[in-house]
This record gives sequence, C-alpha cells and structure tokens, in this order.
Amino acid sequence: MLEVSLAKRIGTLDLALVLSVGAETLLVAGPNGAGKSTLLLLLLGVARPDRGRIALDGRTLFDTHADVPAEDRRLGYLPQDYALFPHLDALGNVAFGLADFPRRERRARAAAWLERMGASHLANRHVGALSGGERQRLALTRALAREPRALLLDEPFASLDSSARRELRASLRRSLLEWRLPALIVSHDPEDAMLADRIAVMERGHIVQQGTRDELRAAPSSPFVAGFAATSRESL
Amino acid sequence: MTSRSWSAVQQGATIILVSFLLLPVAALALTLSWSDLVAGARHPLLLPALRLSLATSTCSLTLVVVLGSLVAWWVARHRGRLSRLVESVTQLPAVIPPAVAGVGLLLAFGRRGLLGSFLARHGLSLAFSTPAVVLAETFVSAPFFIQAAIAAFRRVDENLLTVARTLGASPFRSFLRVALPLSAPGLVGGAAMSWARSLGEFGATLLFAGNLTGRTQTLPLAVYTAMESDLRAAQALALIMVVVAFAMLLVLRRMAREAGDA
Repeated sequence: MLEVSLAKRIGTLDLALVLSVGAETLLVAGPNGAGKSTLLLLLLGVARPDRGRIALDGRTLFDTHADVPAEDRRLGYLPQDYALFPHLDALGNVAFGLADFPRRERRARAAAWLERMGASHLANRHVGALSGGERQRLALTRALAREPRALLLDEPFASLDSSARRELRASLRRSLLEWRLPALIVSHDPEDAMLADRIAVMERGHIVQQGTRDELRAAPSSPFVAGFAATSRESL
Repeated sequence: MTSRSWSAVQQGATIILVSFLLLPVAALALTLSWSDLVAGARHPLLLPALRLSLATSTCSLTLVVVLGSLVAWWVARHRGRLSRLVESVTQLPAVIPPAVAGVGLLLAFGRRGLLGSFLARHGLSLAFSTPAVVLAETFVSAPFFIQAAIAAFRRVDENLLTVARTLGASPFRSFLRVALPLSAPGLVGGAAMSWARSLGEFGATLLFAGNLTGRTQTLPLAVYTAMESDLRAAQALALIMVVVAFAMLLVLRRMAREAGDA
C-alpha cells in the first residue's frame, strides 16, 4: 500500500494532494502541466516535498523526520521514454539494478529475469536496436528485477505509435495484474484508462475527482473529467 | 553571389588557411637533414626535457581530469548564479596570456607570494621546482578539459540518472556507471586538448618555474634554449616534440572513438 499526502510549490504550480494505492493500478490522469510528472519525482525521492508524508507498506519514506534516499525506496520506475542505458546491452540494463549481488551472480540473475518475462532473446541486443514494445518489456523487466514494492509509470505509451500502443496496453495490463503490485500510472491519454482499476484526475496540482471509470463517467466534476471519461474505452 | 563563385570563395579560403597552418610544420620536417635529426636526437638537452615534459604533463592531466570532472559535474547539474560564476572562473585561464599567468602564479605561490609565504614558513617552496611546472601546466590547460566535460555532462539525460537511482545506485555510483561512460568521448576529447596545451606550455612555466635542465626545463623551453646557440638542434628538438604530440593525439583520438563505440 502506497500512501501519499504531500504539498510542494514549484513556480506557479501549487501541488497538494492525498492518494493511496493498494494492490491495484491507479491512473493519475490530467492535462499537461497538471503536475503529474512532478508528483512522480517527489514519490521517487529525486525531488523533495515541502511537507507531507509518503509511506510504502507502512514504512515511512518521507515526513518531517525521514527522507529515505531514492536508491533505498524500492520503487520501480518507468519514465516516458523508458530511459534504457544506451551504453549497456539488454542484459547489462537488467543487471544494473542487481548490484547488491556478487558480480558473477548478477548476469545469471538478470538472464533468469529476462527469461521469466519472455525476453531472453533480447539479452545481448543493443538497446538502440530494440522496438518500442521490446524497450518497454526490457524497462519493466529491469524495474521488476529489483523486486520493488510499487511501480510508477510516466506516460508509458507516449513514445509509441498508435498501433503498438493498443497491443502493449493489453500486455502491460496483464503484467500488472500478474504482479499485483501497487502501480501508479500518470497519463494524459484517455485510452490509458483501460489499464487502471481506479482513476484519479489531477488538475493544477490537485486531485479533483477519484473513482472507477464508471463513477467518473456518471458524475464528472469538471469538463476535463467529462471529456476524459467519455473518450475512455471500456476495454480492449 | 552565384553558387559557383560562393563555392570558389570557400575553396580558396580553405586552400589559403590549410597551407598557412601546414607550412610551418612542413618546414620543420622538410628543411632538416637526416644527420641533423640524429644529432638533435642525441642532443644533451633532449632526453631530460622529454622525460620532464611527459612526467609533468601526465601529472597535470591527472589533476585536471580528476578535479575537473568533479567540478564540471557539479556545474553541469546546477543552475544558478554560483554555478555560472564557477564556470566563468574555470574558463578564466584560457583568456589570460601565459606570461601573465606566470607572474600571477609567482605572486601567489612564490616565496613572498600570497600563499607561498605561508608555505615557505612551513619549509615548502614551490617556485622554480618541478611541482611549479605541474602547477603552471595545470593552470593553463584546465579550462580546455573542464569546458569539454561540462558540455558532455550536460548532454546526459536526467531520466537515466533518475532511473539509476531507483535501481539502487547512489548518486556517486550513478555518476560513475552512467554519466562517465556516456560522456567518455567528450571527456577524452577534452583531455586530449588539455594535454596538448599542457605539453606546449611555455610562458607561465618560464616565469614561474624557470629553465633549469632536468628540473624545470620542459621540451618547449629546451627548444628555446637550443635556439640561442644552434638553430639546427632546436629544429630537431621541435620536430621530435611534434612527433610525440602527434602520436599522443592519435592514441587519445583512438581512445575517444573506442569510448564512443562501447
């Protein structure tokens, strides 16, 4: 369970919100500039909230007394373009997060993770030569190999073309259901709603409405929510 | 201007400038007989100067690369008045004439200098010693590496560093395992320019370290000294220096290419 209650002022954006994510996928939807990516950076620990509390499975990651460094938060992160390390092959990318293991063991463990995720064939490929789908699969494998307690995804399909998106949404949804980790996806794309169990709509730094797709559609609290819920596809 | 005359102007400029840049180097080689070169290679000034030049330029390069990388990383990752100020200060030696730098180094580290007088009281005298050569070379060559390093580090995608942190890497390990390898071509290129500047350093070394054979007389100073008595010997020394510099440049270029491919 990821529990978040925080406030941060950056320039003209006043971010203040309360969220909790259980063993489910929460989509934080909102227009560009709503503060969605900033929220992720605050959760990850690379930016610091002005005040509030972040806790994961009962362990405080941030409050007035604690500020766990990003490397110890056990949060898996998939940024918009997946940020694969271009100087390492696919196996090296997965092994990067396994530095706690002895050097010899790392690559073997990374190979086992690639196999588990159905991506063994990518092991020695240069990341520059991978397709959009393969890149996403590798980024997900790399994040899961560290056995995170929650996953954060930033616009997971923004860098893909529309035909690839449809297929990958289904595949990502299956992975998320299989892992049953608290997952928080931020997106401005209504079609990403199919990934989520619940949706929280964020505008100008605040959560304006939360609920399932049906709940949002039944009683939208703002024009953005109405538009978002109306264009959301029911399912695949 | 028609496109044909525009391209003729470019070709003309290229021919003039390239000839001008090549002619002095060619003159060094073409106006020297083989026996002159052999005599130059046996000149008593050559070996001590060559050894000293390689040793001091390696020391200054190490200082510049290690300290310069840390400074450049900090500058590249911070925005604000202080980082801009630090960047300007690190570029200052590039616009100061080497002779002025020599006077400045003497007034700072000389026996009666700002810091030198303090050091002298503790029995440490820098001026006119081999460490003074290293300091002079470091001073004049640092901007070349730091500028290249800042540019290379600024190109490192912030997302990669964030992901590295979420994968358990401390900020130091993210720097070592992500930023450094990705910036390697730029860093090696900067190191090559910095090393070449250091090897050719003359003015600041002469004023701050002097011209003592085996202790502070580097290759450029040996060329200058030989020139006073024997132009042919100076020419032979100069040619050997060009060969050493060129060989080193090729090695560094190869390293940069390999770093880029890796």
